[in-house]
Amino acid sequence: MVVDQLSDAELDGLFQALSDGTRRDIIARVLGSDGGYSVSGLAAHYAMSFAAVQKHVAVLERALLITKEKRGREQIVRAHPEGLGKARRLLDEYEGIWRQRVRRIEEILTEG
Amino acid sequence: MTVIEARKDTTALNFTIVAEFEAGIKRVWQIWADPRQLERWWGPPTWPATFEDHEFQPGGKASYYMTGPEGGKARGWWRFTAIDAPHRLEFDDGFADENGDPVAEMGTTHAVVTLEDVGGRTRMTTVSSFESAEQLRKMLDMGMEEGMKEAMGQIDSVLASPGDGRRQED
Repeated sequence: MVVDQLSDAELDGLFQALSDGTRRDIIARVLGSDGGYSVSGLAAHYAMSFAAVQKHVAVLERALLITKEKRGREQIVRAHPEGLGKARRLLDEYEGIWRQRVRRIEEILTEG
Repeated sequence: MTVIEARKDTTALNFTIVAEFEAGIKRVWQIWADPRQLERWWGPPTWPATFEDHEFQPGGKASYYMTGPEGGKARGWWRFTAIDAPHRLEFDDGFADENGDPVAEMGTTHAVVTLEDVGGRTRMTTVSSFESAEQLRKMLDMGMEEGMKEAMGQIDSVLASPGDGRRQED
């Protein structure tokens, strides 16, 4: 992940996600585990409500630092270090579709 | 150069493309409003789109299919959520099954298109928002998979007619 390739919005999301001690601790725990953590498993480590931990997890998920996957009644949280890079590659691919569309629109418009 | 800007936000998962065309705003509006013009550019060149329905009004639905070189069909649906001619349109966009019904697990892309007059030229800004990286991946994979199937089909047909191949070699 090369930081100077990220947009301002991405950097804002990333810094916001990392600006909180609990969230940094969640990332450290999740990175250090092979099978991931359930949200309730994480919540047991912190002196705060399950809902508060869930909110922290949601911020990290939006910043693409972790992934959440449903397994039965549990939500399993895993590290997602390649997250930003992956989303960028997908958006690059989508950009190709639109550039092609714009070229064809231009052709239609030049017909008059 | 027609495309003047492309912005990608990997956090909010949206894509913005800004293009300028040498045409008036009402002319550019037609490429969305007229299904016969729309189908000439929406699908990839090898998968031209055919719009069967195109209710170009708020709440209206569009349904279309794209036909591959081997005759395979991929179906899609739109729902127009806002239309303000000739300046703005918004719609939801997803995959459909063979009956034209939305395939929920493929998710929905929301598009907002804005047209502005810039001294007789028209600037078109299109913002596409995705539900998740997973939805975007599925959408792109779908296109890729269809393309691969077509390519494999073409290889099969070439292999199935060795006579033609031999003639070309001679």
